[in-house]
Amino acid sequence: MGADTAVAPPQKGAGSDPGKARAPGGARRSRDDRKAAWLFLAPALIGFALFYAYPTLRGIYYSFTDYNLLTDPVFTGADNYHQLIGDEQFFNALKVTGYYVVLNIGSQTVLGLLLATLMHRLTRSVALRAILLVPWLVPNVTVGLLWMWMLDANLGFVNHILDALGLGTTGFFTSPTWAMPTVAVVNTWAYTGYTALLLYAGMLQIPHHLYESASLDGAGEWRMFTRITLPLLRPVLALVLVVSLIGSFQIFDTIAVTTKGGPISSTRVIYFYIYEQAFTNFHMGYASAVAVVLAVILGVLTAVQMRLLRASRSDLA
Amino acid sequence: MSSKHLRLGAALLCLSATTTLVSCGNSDDDAAGGRTTLNYWLWDDKQMPAYQECATAFEKANPDITVKITQTAWGQYWQNLTTQLTSGEAPDVWTDQASYYPQFATSNQLLDLQPLVDRDKVDLSAYQAGLADIWVKDGKRYGLPKDWDTMALTYNTAQLKKQGVDAAELDKLTWNPTDGGTFEETIAKATVDTEGRNGLDPDFDKNHVKTYGFLAEWADGSQGQNGWGDLAAANGFTYVDKNPWGTHYTYDDPKLAETIAWFKRLIDKGYAPRFDKQSSVANSELLIAGKGAMMVSGSWTISTFTNPKNQQKFAFAPLPTGPNGRKSPINGLSDAIWAGTKHPDQAWKWVKFLASANCQNLVAERAVVFPALKSATRKALAAHQAKGDDVTAFTDVAAAKGETFQLPVTEHGTEINPMVQDAIQSVILGRDKPEAALKSVNDKVNDLFK
Repeated sequence: MGADTAVAPPQKGAGSDPGKARAPGGARRSRDDRKAAWLFLAPALIGFALFYAYPTLRGIYYSFTDYNLLTDPVFTGADNYHQLIGDEQFFNALKVTGYYVVLNIGSQTVLGLLLATLMHRLTRSVALRAILLVPWLVPNVTVGLLWMWMLDANLGFVNHILDALGLGTTGFFTSPTWAMPTVAVVNTWAYTGYTALLLYAGMLQIPHHLYESASLDGAGEWRMFTRITLPLLRPVLALVLVVSLIGSFQIFDTIAVTTKGGPISSTRVIYFYIYEQAFTNFHMGYASAVAVVLAVILGVLTAVQMRLLRASRSDLA
Repeated sequence: MSSKHLRLGAALLCLSATTTLVSCGNSDDDAAGGRTTLNYWLWDDKQMPAYQECATAFEKANPDITVKITQTAWGQYWQNLTTQLTSGEAPDVWTDQASYYPQFATSNQLLDLQPLVDRDKVDLSAYQAGLADIWVKDGKRYGLPKDWDTMALTYNTAQLKKQGVDAAELDKLTWNPTDGGTFEETIAKATVDTEGRNGLDPDFDKNHVKTYGFLAEWADGSQGQNGWGDLAAANGFTYVDKNPWGTHYTYDDPKLAETIAWFKRLIDKGYAPRFDKQSSVANSELLIAGKGAMMVSGSWTISTFTNPKNQQKFAFAPLPTGPNGRKSPINGLSDAIWAGTKHPDQAWKWVKFLASANCQNLVAERAVVFPALKSATRKALAAHQAKGDDVTAFTDVAAAKGETFQLPVTEHGTEINPMVQDAIQSVILGRDKPEAALKSVNDKVNDLFK
């Protein structure tokens, strides 16, 4: 998407004017550039059209139909959207997804910031950075299975220790109260290293002399963090927040592996709901309508976030 | 350095995953030299070797046909099948299940086998009673029976013996939703706390239970095949106005509410794990790990419990007799032919072979599942006995009159599953009263049929 907006090919009319003023050889050259530009853009454009634009348009079309995947879609107008308004499960899905996003983004960002600051100010060990990234490299299904076993109420290692400490056992994935926080913590474990690395890269852009003069003036680490690191990190932080918010809304695999939406719908997040509607209940049309609504919500949230955080402007310039 | 390696490894993993996916999508219609390749799908890995043997025998008899078997775990089976159907790449023949087949039948994905059955005079009376007719809708036949299953109690022999319960008592347990009968008494005896006191001991500590007397299944959809549904049926509950193809469910029946309330009391007494402190792993794993003494299980899981590698020893007993008698669901699978297959004649040959004694006897010898043919069932029973396993708890109930029932087959089955499951879980958790929760969910379920 970035490619075609940044290097827009010259328009046919616009390209000929400056060409006339120059030598005839120059005019031919500019035509050649145009061809080459299209050539280089073609893979990205074709890919975008084929894998983004076409499926999106088709999805929007399906959202106005009754489509069970096995027979042809039948146009039903806004029926799916009407149904959506009265669908308890849909609003429950929005609610539990929101809950997850708050828990996950909150813990992930705070922890990520902490780790990035430690890497930035304390040690720059490459080995350490690599280790932090390891959980992110493990496939999500493996992460889910691993934690499901460790946290199991009867056979799990964690509950074994809790019980030995006299705290009793907890069904982390099976109690409606704990299931969602547990999923959020597991994903925080998996993604914090990655978030920390992005933030760390942002911190490296902050000129070192700022810290030197601050410490000469007697500022402590906390003061330097709140007065230098945090304000100057803002554009990167905003980007990380936007990206992880969207990623967080798309939570699916951990849930599909561990709780499957249960217990009592306490983890039936919006993506899982879409998946169930489409591939378990064969309501592809309805699932598309839910997906369209989700896309709109994400678009609005991203716009609001970018605005609030003034993400496109840096204080360093 | 190490992170680079890991990243490379991850990239390679992804790459291999994609290539497998792509190769999965390939259809092999390479009719080179007039040979036909039939794609056949099933989900049970334990049955795969038996059906591979059938395929080999079939190929020997039909040298111009090759059968390619694909096994996909139950959790992904139906989603994968739907995706393949949508893209027009479905297997020619697949293992079908009663609560999933209505969707395929109503969207014209299944070949009507009735004309072929009539033409080739397939003897449908050779199958266990009721198994062939599940697959008939509006006069069309959408599958031939391949196997059947019933439910029974599975118990840890050593644990029950230690508490003074002998096997003969277990064979004639009674149950009612008021005091739980001898079934509840046995469960209480089998429950042991960390101090070694059982559930009948006045000093029994329900907060520190070492072994639960009973492991109940709560992620059991709208039918409760692995527990609550069986006892509810023994209490006179019938699910739906008519079966198959009923259009009005009766989850508001007080007989169901009583049953669920009894389960809740069982948990409150400490005889079964609390809902919010239960395991994510299957009950069978817990039973094998010695965390529970008894559970309800299906005949398709027999080999899980009779596995000689298990440290604990298990045996099977019939389900308890309730106010309405003993009731086990009997469930059958079938082999169905895709309506869009390019090789309907060869596919029919294969399905007919799968449903014949030639294949079902081979399956019987493996003793993993009971084949649908009565003669093959007897062979499977003998094979189990030869291995020293007594599985009559499953076969006797199937042979007895009036002790089995068919699980409901209706439209909207997959939508009803999570709705009813949620309602029952909220009762078991103590959030809702049984009558109110079941009445409310029953209204929502019946709204689907309006």
